[in-house]
Amino acid sequence: MSTFATPAGRAGTRIVGLGSYQPDTVVSNHDLAQRMETSDEWIRERVGIVNRRFARPEEKLVDMAVEAGAKAVADAGLSPSDIGAVVVATCTMPSPIPNAAAQVADRIGVKAAPAFDLNAACAGFCYALGTASDMVRSGSADHVLVIGAEKLTDWVDPVDRSTAIIFADGAGAAVVGPADEPGIGPVAWGSAGDLVDTIHIADRNSFIFQEGQSVFRWATTQIAPVAQRAVEAAGLTLSDVDVFVPHQANLRIIEAIAKRLRANGAREDMLVARDIVESGNTSSASIPLAMDHMRAAGQISSGDVALLVGFGAGLSYAGQVVRCP
Amino acid sequence: MSNEDIQKGLAEIVEEVAGVAADDVTADKSFVDDLDIDSLSMVEIAVQAEDKFGVKIPDDELANLKTVGDAVKYIAASA
Ligand SMILES: CC(C)(COP(=O)(O)OP(=O)(O)OC[C@H]1O[C@@H](n2cnc3c(N)ncnc32)[C@H](O)[C@@H]1OP(=O)(O)O)[C@@H](O)C(=O)NCCC(=O)NCCS
Repeated sequence: MSTFATPAGRAGTRIVGLGSYQPDTVVSNHDLAQRMETSDEWIRERVGIVNRRFARPEEKLVDMAVEAGAKAVADAGLSPSDIGAVVVATCTMPSPIPNAAAQVADRIGVKAAPAFDLNAACAGFCYALGTASDMVRSGSADHVLVIGAEKLTDWVDPVDRSTAIIFADGAGAAVVGPADEPGIGPVAWGSAGDLVDTIHIADRNSFIFQEGQSVFRWATTQIAPVAQRAVEAAGLTLSDVDVFVPHQANLRIIEAIAKRLRANGAREDMLVARDIVESGNTSSASIPLAMDHMRAAGQISSGDVALLVGFGAGLSYAGQVVRCP
Repeated sequence: MSNEDIQKGLAEIVEEVAGVAADDVTADKSFVDDLDIDSLSMVEIAVQAEDKFGVKIPDDELANLKTVGDAVKYIAASA
């Protein structure tokens, strides 16, 4: 009987580079208050956003993904030919085919790369990071470029004040490579398809709809336990976490989850990402954007233990601990 | 549990979530207009009340609980 060969695989994986891209156009709460019945004060209090970035009409999701991805490859000290696969986490492509990843790979210069999109909405980056890590560990690819990229403004009613004040555009990326000492913990992930109606786009002619309070209740009660599972899966305790980088959905959600983690042993001095204040909610892009911005600001250092957790439409959720590159 | 005990327990939750002094949380007060509690804090209060009193307070019920007294009555009836 013939025996199938399997690749040897790797002991562990690590994030070896980060990159991000935001469109130039800054949109303040005051700008939004010109277009709809809302106010700077209301938005700051309910969601914590002060400014966000909107892509220009001709600026495509793929353009943003290319920018962020190329920066992450350069940051890793690699060349595009070192990248073995490209995964784009996104839920806002203008059409279902073609996917983003193949174009992104080609434009970055990763020739003939395995390339696919992954849709787990705002949990997409953590889903893709877990998938990429498993690809490297199993020997399917040596380095995987993971990008979260969204042009939410294509799918948001620009004058619906329950969504237009929250969602924004941008891209963030990470390169996953092999490591002797594991720097990406096992993914803790799952879904709650029974709550599908709470965030959705009904059809190609519709905008994003969400039941804000149901989503708020779910996120503030169900996500801290997922984050805790991620920490335990890596064999760590919450007190080991230096920085908490949840999906930047709403500052009130972020603070409620951080409070629960602290009540269960996370340190008072654990840094909590608040990138939403200046970036808005960019769905799958928000976690790598926050990490890249915090690193640029000198808030996190190489080797720090970061706890990531994404959550959103599906409903879907995923989290893991990583060492900062 | 007496309505008085429920109100006392609820007041502790309101203080913890929204920073309103527990003594100000009296039956006739409106959460939004008198205690300045917004709809997201109401969700957090509901979640904690569910744990504390072993009741269910779904979002559509929550919208009807305008005053502290309304909430106490609802919890007493469902506990
Ligand atoms: C969307 C969200 C900000 C709405 O907040 P909310 O407190 O639930 O808002 P409601 O719809 O209950 O409205 C509360 C009041 O504010 C008003 N309001 C709603 N949106 C407003 C806005 N943008 N500006 C000003 N006022 C607004 C409403 O009219 C209402 O006033 P009323 O009580 O006088 O009628 C909030 O529910 C939220 O952020 N949820 C989480 C969603 C999320 O994070 N999604 C992403 C997941 S990946």
